[in-house]
Amino acid sequence: MSDLHTELKKSIIEQLNLEDMEVSDIENDEHLFGDGLGLDSIDALELIVLLEKDYGIKLTDPNQGKEIFNSVNTIADFIEKNRAK
Amino acid sequence: MMSKELSIKNSLIIRESRVFRNGELIFEADQGLSTTKFLKKVYNDQKLKYSKFFKMDELSKLGYLGTEILTNGSIEDKETALVFANSASSLETDVAFAQTMEEFPSPSLFVYTLPNIMLGEISIRHQLRSENIFFISEEFDPLLFIDYTTALFQQEKVENVLCGWVNLHNNDYDVFLWKIANSGGMEFNEEELKKLYLPTHE
Repeated sequence: MSDLHTELKKSIIEQLNLEDMEVSDIENDEHLFGDGLGLDSIDALELIVLLEKDYGIKLTDPNQGKEIFNSVNTIADFIEKNRAK
Repeated sequence: MMSKELSIKNSLIIRESRVFRNGELIFEADQGLSTTKFLKKVYNDQKLKYSKFFKMDELSKLGYLGTEILTNGSIEDKETALVFANSASSLETDVAFAQTMEEFPSPSLFVYTLPNIMLGEISIRHQLRSENIFFISEEFDPLLFIDYTTALFQQEKVENVLCGWVNLHNNDYDVFLWKIANSGGMEFNEEELKKLYLPTHE
């Protein structure tokens, strides 16, 4: 698991107040929404804020969100290709 | 007066690091704990498993925990109305949200910048689709609850009402919940409500 994957999992747990979860509980390819981690629409907004705050990435097209936030893997891929910091 | 026919079935108080159910102390933590830490201790003590708890703001946590403990985790009558009030509205969360606006406004704080969101949380948890209302009044006002609840019963809209005073301001929380029904408890009047609310309150 890359540093970015671990860092992302830590941020997700902290930012989304997933108090009863640990980094090892989140699989890289696990769905974050729906049946997987069970995140909701407010969590999605928090993830958008996280991308901008921590990686300088501003999502301009909300429709991208569904693909990007599918799993930790897809977020990490997106960050590696687009990060500004 | 119609309210004489109504009964206070049971009650709960959370204040000064203590939880009382029907006047009996059921949990006590160290004085001076932050609200967040105290609420987590109550959550753990009650062995609750509801991950959404950790996403709630403190006001909603107070309402959620109070309801869980008062009802033993079950509201059978899904038409139970919720009649709540406080004096500080959602001020604590409003301030926290305002602070995030200096940099990145927090969506998860924003959704709690209304006090009646607490009622939504209770309704989601217990699958209620009932009437609910949240009043803001300067201080605990028994007549406000009596008048509104009595009207609900008079209109035959409900058979059960969960009433609550859930206030949070400057790390000082004051929770008083009680259930009203047509029978089976003490009389629902101003005097009894004050007696239940005041014993440990300075």
